[in-house]
Amino acid sequence: MKNLLEVKNLKVYYYTREGVVKAVDQASFSIKKGETVGLVGESGSGKSTLGLSILKLVPSPGRIVGGELFFDGKDLAKLDNKQMRKLRGRWISMVFQDPMASLNPLMRVGDHLTETIKTHEKVTHKDAEKRALLLLDEVGISLERFKDYPHQFSGGMRQRVGIALAIALNPNLVIADEFTSSLDVIVQSQILSLMNNLKRSHNMGMILISHDISLVSEIADKVALMYAGQIVEFAEVNAFFEEHLHPYSERLLNSVPNIQLSDQNLSYIPGMPPDLIHPLKGCRFYPRCSYATNTCREKEPPLVEIETGYMVKCFRYD
Amino acid sequence: MAVLEVVDLKKYFPVQKSFLERIFTRKLEYVQAVDKISFKVGKGEIFTLAGESGCGKTTTGRLVTRLVEPTEGKVFFNGKEITSWQGEKLRKLRKNVQIIFQNPYASLNPRMKIGDAVGHPLEIHEIATGEEKRGVVLEILEQVGLEPAEKFYDAHPYELSGGQRQRAAIARAMVLNPEFVVADEPISMIDVSLRAKILELMLKLKEERDLTFLFITHDLAVAKYISDWIAIMYLGEIVEMGKQEEIFSNSQHPYTKALLSAVPVPEPRTRREHVKLEGEVPSSINPPSGCRFHPRCSFASEKCRTSEPPLSLADKDHQIACHLC
Repeated sequence: MKNLLEVKNLKVYYYTREGVVKAVDQASFSIKKGETVGLVGESGSGKSTLGLSILKLVPSPGRIVGGELFFDGKDLAKLDNKQMRKLRGRWISMVFQDPMASLNPLMRVGDHLTETIKTHEKVTHKDAEKRALLLLDEVGISLERFKDYPHQFSGGMRQRVGIALAIALNPNLVIADEFTSSLDVIVQSQILSLMNNLKRSHNMGMILISHDISLVSEIADKVALMYAGQIVEFAEVNAFFEEHLHPYSERLLNSVPNIQLSDQNLSYIPGMPPDLIHPLKGCRFYPRCSYATNTCREKEPPLVEIETGYMVKCFRYD
Repeated sequence: MAVLEVVDLKKYFPVQKSFLERIFTRKLEYVQAVDKISFKVGKGEIFTLAGESGCGKTTTGRLVTRLVEPTEGKVFFNGKEITSWQGEKLRKLRKNVQIIFQNPYASLNPRMKIGDAVGHPLEIHEIATGEEKRGVVLEILEQVGLEPAEKFYDAHPYELSGGQRQRAAIARAMVLNPEFVVADEPISMIDVSLRAKILELMLKLKEERDLTFLFITHDLAVAKYISDWIAIMYLGEIVEMGKQEEIFSNSQHPYTKALLSAVPVPEPRTRREHVKLEGEVPSSINPPSGCRFHPRCSFASEKCRTSEPPLSLADKDHQIACHLC
């Protein structure tokens, strides 16, 4: 099947006063129609920057400096601002972490939805309102709350509004950046199951950006693991959790407590992620890696496909 | 004997109102943050308070360390009631009762060197100064893994990563050799790959010093890993409490069951069916009558609506507050 989105050797750098921060450096992955990819990494690994760069929304002083982005066969680099605006929301939309910050506090949620629809499509106000009501119903918000303001909603309900906005124009791809991180577990599981149903009924692809590998395992079809601005392992979710070939993947999974296990032995990864202003010459994980050799210090390993659909960036599998 | 015992502890915070609201509404309203909870923490144990945000777990941690004053109820430390201690007595108590806060970016003074911050309690309690203090601090820095200790002694907080800061905060809590430490979400601000390091450190300190912990967390997978005993809180009350194995393998309360089933598991092949729980936690200003969980409970009966279930013994090491269990 054709790829819905293809990210090839993407480079996004932030030009700060201290130097050039190579937040995303040669990242590659792809997503098929209707598929969910969990983009996992720790803080500072570049996962949010990668998410924003797909919509060309990287905030200044950040810039996309290299690589290619293909959406539905179209090269996103060739689109100007006006064309990108048309694409955002309609083809690719986004759900943010903090819905209180992403919703306009002075706008009734119903008006917010109505306006989004009217901006992108030629519909009458009445029809747009009707669709907004249907959307609220779809995300499980009672219709009498149409005229409420964001502050009148609880965290979970607000995130439902965020989701309604994201699906309002029937996009093909939704990017959800830590969209349940500020919610308690029970509400989180409600929101996840809502999202799962919507994905199926709208046949949407989804990029789930999260630091929580357990959460990703519950909802994703594929896992793309990021470390220091690069994707180090990209595989189908079951295969990833069984094989986790990259030394970083292995160590990360050993550091996550699992509520199903008794007598678990957790370990941590010694050291710290590298400075992204002066990234290491070789493999970025080598100082923390127990398998590191001289080659790892000297040369950067390529991201290679070791079996169909399973990519690893490590010399052990080269 | 229990190191810490809490009996019918209650904390109501008055709701702030504007001038006009105060004139027109006579009634004073209260957030019932903690409502009549009782528990005991035995020596050398890690006792965990777990629950969703707003359940009162942090307030409980602050109540037992006397950082906020209880509305009602009693707190015993080593058998002595400390609820009304003041002044010098309270200061002496604090030598034995320490706390680690959630956010190591906020809990360390940015203008103080790590060594000075960690050593400050020694000066306050007049235990050591000057070179002697330095020696004690260097030793504790090594124990929490901030090595080379000499380098970290002279560093300022901004030079440290989140994990290192939290270890400095732990060192500060440990430097007086306390008997009892409250750890309020100590790992939630730390990167996933380094969380296990802090947990390991706490377990090590518990073993080496026979330390007693009150551990506060919203993360049940972490709670399972580290606790000896665990209490699940909902809207200011303890709904279920027991030995760790009991709670995780034999939970009875409908809320505990829903909470445990909602925790994501890093095993994609065993995607479990979650216990469906509708809605969100109601306000703790006007909590529901009877059992506070009844509006969301699918088993709720008339009795649950009217009378509050007491926390009662289901087994030797297991207590539940539910009419139906």
